[in-house]
Amino acid sequence: MSKFGGSNDKKQVPAMTSSSLSDIVFMLLFFFMVTTQMRETENKVQVKIPEASEIVKLERKDLNSYINIGSPIRSLQAQFGTDARIQLNDSFKTVDDIRDFIAAERDAHTEADRQLMTVSIRADQDVRMGIITDVKQELRRCSALKIMYSARKPAE
Amino acid sequence: MGKKKTPAINSSSTADIAFLLLCYFLMTTTMGSQTGLSRRLPPMPDKNQKVEDQKVNRRNIIVVKINSADRILAGSEPIDVSQLKDKIKEFLTNPADDPNLPEKEVKAIEGYGNYPVSKGVISLQNDRGTSYAAYIAVQNELVKAVNELRDDFSMRAYGRKFTSLDEDRQNIVKKAIPQNISEAEPKDVGAKR
Repeated sequence: MSKFGGSNDKKQVPAMTSSSLSDIVFMLLFFFMVTTQMRETENKVQVKIPEASEIVKLERKDLNSYINIGSPIRSLQAQFGTDARIQLNDSFKTVDDIRDFIAAERDAHTEADRQLMTVSIRADQDVRMGIITDVKQELRRCSALKIMYSARKPAE
Repeated sequence: MGKKKTPAINSSSTADIAFLLLCYFLMTTTMGSQTGLSRRLPPMPDKNQKVEDQKVNRRNIIVVKINSADRILAGSEPIDVSQLKDKIKEFLTNPADDPNLPEKEVKAIEGYGNYPVSKGVISLQNDRGTSYAAYIAVQNELVKAVNELRDDFSMRAYGRKFTSLDEDRQNIVKKAIPQNISEAEPKDVGAKR
């Protein structure tokens, strides 16, 4: 205490200890590490998912595969046009490639988890149903029957 | 102890390091909230297998059609999305035992007793030119109708909302009010986009 009371007549404001600051930031860091997931793929299509009020949460996120459908992002429009495209993993694919995609996704999971595998269709709200019907038919052919139409809660 | 004191390590920069890490994770990850409408597709019919004529009485089916201009036809009349829910609810409950609305079959549900379960099936048909937003809006209304009926039922039976029931009871409610939405085989009708 003598350090502060000190021989100096002028009272010095004690330096604020900033050692706990790092702890706080680390806590924040851990929070974000736990609650978020790594962005696996880069979006190549613009997807504005439609709104729906009766949505349910997905139970097992790790058993989910995504099929993105929408028009290509602006920087790729010169190359691919503005027509709706299907994106699997990291590249544009056609409906015929879904079979291989599903097979690959199946292989990645254990036997017990395969039944619980869900295919999440993330489609833009302006997409026409034709392409989605094609995708659905292809999924039926591959007997990947659990699907989910991605939707978000309407803004209140 | 020794005469020389070890100088304290300046720890003020650890916060900066941690901030950098934090920013990295903020940029590369996404907040995980995958939500949506869950559906089960019907399995592909086997080619060798003869199609068993599923005799469904005409009164037990309501056909909801969406055309390429996103207009909705429920049953035989054009309808707005906002009216669809009530129409479906009326169809599924059939309060006045109308002979044109679906019949009910008294089924014994384990854990509850007998309950007249509606045999109604909602058949959803869409055009290739229907927009996805309209399709999801209709799907949502159908689910909402079923969910409200389930809520009604569980309020009557257990005095609580469907979502706050435990799993066994939820299954009972699901049996009493099934969600029969069939998505028809796609038909190519409107060829022009």
